[in-house]
Amino acid sequence: MKPTTDQTAAIRITDLCKTFGSQTVLNRVNLQVKRGETLVVLGRSGTGKSVLLRLLIGLQRPDSGSIQVLGQEITELLEEPLYDIRKRIGFVFQNSALYDSLTVVENVAFPLKYHRRMTASQRHDRALEILSQVGMDQAAAKMPTDISGGMKKRVGLARALALEPELMLYDEPTAGLDPITSGEINELILKLQQERAMSSIVVTHEIHSAAAISDRVALLDQGSIVFDGTFEALKQSDDAFVSLFVRNG
Amino acid sequence: MPNETEQTGFSGEVPSPSFLVWIGELGVFTTRLVRSIFAPPFHFKELFQQMHEVGTRSLPLVVLASAATGVVLSLQTRESLVRFGAKSLLPVVIILTIIKESGPIITALVVCGRVGAGIGAQLGSMKVTEQIDAIEASAVDSFKLLVVTRVVACVLMLPLLTIVADFSGILVGWLANTMVEHVPLVPFLADGFKPVTFQDLIPATLRTALFGFIIGLLGCFQGLRTTGGTEGVARSATSAVVLSSLFVIVADVWLVRLIQIVFRP
Repeated sequence: MKPTTDQTAAIRITDLCKTFGSQTVLNRVNLQVKRGETLVVLGRSGTGKSVLLRLLIGLQRPDSGSIQVLGQEITELLEEPLYDIRKRIGFVFQNSALYDSLTVVENVAFPLKYHRRMTASQRHDRALEILSQVGMDQAAAKMPTDISGGMKKRVGLARALALEPELMLYDEPTAGLDPITSGEINELILKLQQERAMSSIVVTHEIHSAAAISDRVALLDQGSIVFDGTFEALKQSDDAFVSLFVRNG
Repeated sequence: MPNETEQTGFSGEVPSPSFLVWIGELGVFTTRLVRSIFAPPFHFKELFQQMHEVGTRSLPLVVLASAATGVVLSLQTRESLVRFGAKSLLPVVIILTIIKESGPIITALVVCGRVGAGIGAQLGSMKVTEQIDAIEASAVDSFKLLVVTRVVACVLMLPLLTIVADFSGILVGWLANTMVEHVPLVPFLADGFKPVTFQDLIPATLRTALFGFIIGLLGCFQGLRTTGGTEGVARSATSAVVLSSLFVIVADVWLVRLIQIVFRP
């Protein structure tokens, strides 16, 4: 039976399965994110966290199960309606995925160019405004190859914010960064959540990020959600794997 | 294409496909490409940028390669024709050879090397660094933006480059000839073009549009199938050049025969 459309949840995932060859990556995953809520998905490297995000935005298709994003079932959507949903979602890639032939400001202006009726100068001004919100307006004219990893993350975040999304998906936003830059990115994410009241899913393996930004935490292990609750509850869990993860995080 | 890339950073997936799978995927890719060319939205700005990349930037290399061919053709043919007492046919032989075969094929092979490799490497690099996924995540059809524009640019620019190559080959062919034995340019051209008809020029030049399609198609196809980081990008660039050169030569054989049948005098 098809799950009914839920207008109160930003995301509702039901019995989601995904395999690659003989390897089961996600096995009957059930998750829900309320509107305005920040869910942090924790898990070891290679447990399918990034695959989960890619399924949520339709970059990959699940084998079975249901994914409702912003009230719409996306697993069977054709290209055009899927693009309409994507306009309402911001995606921050693990390695930033900035367009290396464009400058920083052109990267941020890219979604505006295709989805907003603006002149080139209006687009440029709007992109600069978004860059200033993430503290990157000074680097607007630079090429992505000329900025640091932390700066790239900020620009990636600015690009994801360009269309004022209702839902943000972050794939390892602090991976590979030093603790101070990592803390700055977490603060930036928190600030944006508070200012814009967006729903968010943050995929990470870093416990301190979860502590800083989560309303709720889900822990993924071997394709299944083994914990779903607050960060406080995670710390106090008796489950052997959860305890091990928290202790070593 | 990008909706089901299965590029996950996950270990041990997607076995390397067999030749038949490759052919099948190429067929699906070509069908999607042909359908997408005529469906909006059209990215004209990106198309003009790609036309500049394929056309203007290939121009010096095409002119140089064609000029070299003109010199060699002139010197070699002259020697043979003198041996058989048919030296007066030299302008006709040079012009017909360049227009009907060496101009188109030299242009196509030069573009295979420069543009085919460039497309394969660029799209390959964009694929492994998730830039194509980022385009898709921004709700922009990456296939139309990247593939359609590049293939159409190749289709449009190859015939134009061929005309320039023909011009360069003929001019330098005359120069090489006149250095051995002075012949003024105008009589050389008048003699050479006397038997040339539009049936010689138009089909031979327009067939390079198909070469352009092959170069763009295989460059994009190999680029978007890239896996495995820098090494994968290098593999894609190389395979794009090798395959497009091979396919262009095979297509040339078929087209020459087809043109002979259709445009039989």
